[in-house]
Amino acid sequence: MNGRKSFGGRGKTSGSSQQGKDAQRRPMFRRRKVCKFCSDKIDDINYKDVKLLMPFVPERAKVLPRRISGTCALHQRKLRTAIMRARQLALIPYTTE
Amino acid sequence: MSRKYELVYVVSPDATDEQVAEVHTQVDAIVQRMHGQLEKTDNWGRRRLAYEIGRHKEGTYVLEVINGDGELMKEIDRRLKVSDLIIRHLVVRVDEEQAVVERTRNLRTDTTRRRRVARGLPPDRQPGEGQRGEPDDDRDDRFDMGGEEMR
Repeated sequence: MNGRKSFGGRGKTSGSSQQGKDAQRRPMFRRRKVCKFCSDKIDDINYKDVKLLMPFVPERAKVLPRRISGTCALHQRKLRTAIMRARQLALIPYTTE
Repeated sequence: MSRKYELVYVVSPDATDEQVAEVHTQVDAIVQRMHGQLEKTDNWGRRRLAYEIGRHKEGTYVLEVINGDGELMKEIDRRLKVSDLIIRHLVVRVDEEQAVVERTRNLRTDTTRRRRVARGLPPDRQPGEGQRGEPDDDRDDRFDMGGEEMR
């Protein structure tokens, strides 16, 4: 069971002080983010599927970063190409005024 | 060497239905002439553009799936670029990507089946099996619950 402590640790604490600080931080429990495409088993991230892409394009029409969406590296890469293609076809905005 | 391409083009909203059909026949003619195959056409109809292109705010989207070689697509690309009716178009090669998608999908079904058989279950998920909303086997966010308990 010791192994999982490092999960909440985020590499901030090290060595002996881990125990005490860990206990302090505990109340701020965050759900571990999972990649939507991995968990829903979406293999094909298609530029035509605007409904799928829209949640990853927030208000300012930028691509939602991985650290927020929790998307894995592979799928973020595919997502990015899909969004860029959809933008060319004016399915998704480049920017908003 | 035949490859599979997807072509999406946006026809100007001023164009009549006949003109949209004419663009399609033109594309088809080029495909026929250069020994390609038109696999599928799909007219998405009129859609709002996400941003203005020129003075247009709407457009008619048409998708064509074409089997052919690069030369063919080059020619189509050139023709569409020249055309005034087409306000935007995109050519994407899809055969390789589709193969990869298929491979991963097959791989996954194979593994789940093998695992299920190893657990003494029938290879395919039975209807009504498990609870609704129950996470699947390969989801490992169970670790989170472990964290709660340790508190």
